[in-house]
Amino acid sequence: MSHATTPLHLALAWGFVGIPLAWGVMQTLLNALKLFQ
Amino acid sequence: MSATTLPSQRAGLLSRERTIAGVGFSRWMVPPAALCVHLCIGQAYAFSVFNLPMTKLIGISQSAPEDWKLTDLGWIFSIAIFFLGASAAVLGRWVEEGGPRRAMFASGVCWGAGFLVSAFGVYAHNIWIVYLGYGVLGGIGLGLGYISPVSTLIRWFPDRPGMATGMAIMGFGGGAFIASPLSVWLIRQFSTDTHIGVAEAFIALGAIYFCFMMVGATIVRLPPPGWAPAGYVAPTQSSKLITTKNVFVYQALRTPQFWLIWWVLCLNVTAGIGVLGQASAMSQEMFPGKVTVTAAAGFVGLMSLFNMGGRFFWASVSDFIGRKSTYFVFFFLGVLLYSLVPQTGELGSVTLFVLCFCIIMSMYGGGFATVPAYLRDMFGTRYVGAIHGMLLTAWSMAGIFGPVLVNYIRQYNLEHGVAKADAYDVTMYVMAALLVIGFFCNLFIRAVDERHHMRHEDADALGVSS
Repeated sequence: MSHATTPLHLALAWGFVGIPLAWGVMQTLLNALKLFQ
Repeated sequence: MSATTLPSQRAGLLSRERTIAGVGFSRWMVPPAALCVHLCIGQAYAFSVFNLPMTKLIGISQSAPEDWKLTDLGWIFSIAIFFLGASAAVLGRWVEEGGPRRAMFASGVCWGAGFLVSAFGVYAHNIWIVYLGYGVLGGIGLGLGYISPVSTLIRWFPDRPGMATGMAIMGFGGGAFIASPLSVWLIRQFSTDTHIGVAEAFIALGAIYFCFMMVGATIVRLPPPGWAPAGYVAPTQSSKLITTKNVFVYQALRTPQFWLIWWVLCLNVTAGIGVLGQASAMSQEMFPGKVTVTAAAGFVGLMSLFNMGGRFFWASVSDFIGRKSTYFVFFFLGVLLYSLVPQTGELGSVTLFVLCFCIIMSMYGGGFATVPAYLRDMFGTRYVGAIHGMLLTAWSMAGIFGPVLVNYIRQYNLEHGVAKADAYDVTMYVMAALLVIGFFCNLFIRAVDERHHMRHEDADALGVSS
């Protein structure tokens, strides 16, 4: 059985951690914008 | 089937042997595995969002006399951070020798169970159960999770160890960005007019984090012995500050280098953590009328972003300019910036004030993220995770020392008639002085003496290889 990593594996793994992180960063940035309003 | 595959088939799913990567496995799968753990345990930075709801569990709309006080709740985070340092120090060798999957699994179990036990504590309204749950169990999960992927990443990225560990430790900084809005949303979903949904939010978070961390434990892999990235030629001779040898975990404690790096981390963190907790009040008191409560909250968010970004940026930079030079930048630039902060108040420049603190926070985060690679340079790869675990006691110390220092200096100034806006000036100069000491600690770091290196027979006796 092959255990080679495919581009799909990489996309899924990075998406799994990247999407929640990007969402959290976006929420924080929106709050941080209040500093400049 | 070859005989060499039999031991790995007999070994448990969590064992080190079963974690060795097969042919064709990409090392770029390992940072997401590490992030699965660090993004979850980074929730610790956002625990304060539970504080206010937990003071109104009985009174609901406002605190009742039987409700918990903020001072009671403050201990939850302190106990967790204490157990983070203690478990990382005590269990570091267990983590190193058992491999990353077992450690990540144990971390996920402790972290998830910590939330469940805390939920029961909230349900029974017994603060001691919450201390045991989030503080003790969760704290052990924090410590195990924090160090579990460090040496694995360093082994997969011998060409860029700073960048690799920076990515994982950036996740710890970023975890709060997810946890904070998620926790607020969960509490709101489970709350009614007669009930505050903290216990249910804890259960949901415990389950979500456990599943997320298990994904990390499943996909993590160790490189096969002797593996190196394509085109990378491992140095055969130690350079001035990067060793090719290994130092045994407890032997590292006998070297001056360990304790100098301990102070370097402690002083860098003390300076950063001291102002991190005070940033909101400081910005409002130094610029009365200019910085509102809402703007101050935005300022804190911006600082957190720089704290997270600095972890990746500075750790990556350290791969090019060296660890020692990176810390020299932190200390030199830090002294300049801390000394400049009081002038920004006199000039009334909010922009300059924000800029100073954003750079300071990036270097605070950078200090955390660069230190694993610094330890690897000094003590080798084999026990770097365990040595890193012991070094985290510097963080625990700084976590107590930094805020206390800032609070007491401010209080002393106010009691002696100093205006609120000027009360932070002395604090900034004291922080700058701490960084000067850190500069000299870093200056004295030299390569570890050969007598501390593991000999071949030591490694054979321990059954280890680098």
